[in-house]
Amino acid sequence: MDIRVGIIDIGISNITSVLNAFLYLGCNVKTVRISKEVSNFTHLVLPGVGSFPNGMENLIINGFDEEISNEVEKGKPIFGLCLGMQLFAEFGEEFKPTNGLGLIEGHISRIDTGESGLRLPHIGWNQVTFKKNSVITAGVPESSNYYFVHSYSYSNPNEPYVVGICDYSTEVVAFIEQDNIFGAQFHPEKSQANGLLLLKNFTKVSG
Amino acid sequence: MLMTRLIPILFLKNGYLVRSEKFNIHQNIGNPLAQVERYNSWDVDELIYIDITREGGYKYQRKDLGGIDRNHTNHINGIIQVVAKKCFMPLTFGGGIRSIDDAHIRFKLGADKITINSQALRQPNFISLLAREFGSQAIVVSIDAKLCPDGSYSVFSDWGRTNINISPQDWALQAQELGAGEILINSIDRDGTAKGYDLELVQSVVSVTDIPVIACGGVGDYSDFNEVLNKTGASAAAAGNIFNFRELAYPLAKKHLKNHGLNVR
Repeated sequence: MDIRVGIIDIGISNITSVLNAFLYLGCNVKTVRISKEVSNFTHLVLPGVGSFPNGMENLIINGFDEEISNEVEKGKPIFGLCLGMQLFAEFGEEFKPTNGLGLIEGHISRIDTGESGLRLPHIGWNQVTFKKNSVITAGVPESSNYYFVHSYSYSNPNEPYVVGICDYSTEVVAFIEQDNIFGAQFHPEKSQANGLLLLKNFTKVSG
Repeated sequence: MLMTRLIPILFLKNGYLVRSEKFNIHQNIGNPLAQVERYNSWDVDELIYIDITREGGYKYQRKDLGGIDRNHTNHINGIIQVVAKKCFMPLTFGGGIRSIDDAHIRFKLGADKITINSQALRQPNFISLLAREFGSQAIVVSIDAKLCPDGSYSVFSDWGRTNINISPQDWALQAQELGAGEILINSIDRDGTAKGYDLELVQSVVSVTDIPVIACGGVGDYSDFNEVLNKTGASAAAAGNIFNFRELAYPLAKKHLKNHGLNVR
């Protein structure tokens, strides 16, 4: 199959590093700025940095919310990175309660490090344990390191869609998978060989 | 468990990689891009580039600086672009960021984070503006401090030239409240001296903040990394010279930390 990866650009993210990573992997990749063009791609990537409300607002303004939901419903694989993964949820609590895309049943709340003294943002390399092996995690060691930068995450690590977790005084949801929807709380594009492997594997997921 | 980060910092001046000492001696040590392959193969945790060019442009006439886009031949932006295409690790760029536009172009070319210093001291609200635009996680406030004759520490701007008469503690706390995601604390006195980190300075900043603190300035030996990480509560240890001058310094430093019980990659 002819793979065409579309990186959704909602104007708030540093998408260059994601683009560079797919180019390095030799993929046919483009950024998508016009929502109608989403249907031209076989695989979608939703990167994102910044806050949940800002991310949602930019998706909606550009009409990406509906287009993404339509394509995902049709079975097109989508990979959300960091904030992009969070936007799949029903709602987020960052700054103000905000509805997300609602593709995944769950909500996004601030990591509770309790009395541990651990600082937020959770910045740096942390070990992710994968509970399940699938196309996207093929060849990935059961326990491997990835680069995280965030303060919020999916609130319930026991949901069936949670396939990767890491420890930051509490169990933090690191990787999700539900049918054709994938999400990494960490930055695969910044996690060297382990991260690049996940991106490469994503392009092998069939739509 | 989150792992302790060990971060090489590269100082650039007029397009060259330089070795810095006490913020006023800058010895040219070559091509900044030549280091990239080394850091890539060492699988470094993160890289920080700080441009300390005061005046004059970049000297890219040399053939050994090949590979830089013609559109960015006279600026650090060319370096960002080249590094970001080769390095799939977190990249932080600093130096000369005075406006939101300056920040924008750096992110656009591939920076993941930026560090700001003098402009934040001139206009503290700049931190908030950047945090709102790019998220706190992308904004590192860099603080250069010096021990004063009366025994207190003071923050300096403009690459150590101007005394701001504020304590690093107060400034770090203010920066955090304004939206900084991390603090990079550097000791002007220890810079390039190989005498070890200024533990008191680092510890004072760690003690008042809740965000990650990166310690910098003065590393002479691998044991300095252990010391700052164990004694101050710093989240990461950064250094410049040791990684430029010692063969295999990065992997050896990691090994040293691992042998001393620190959780590193």
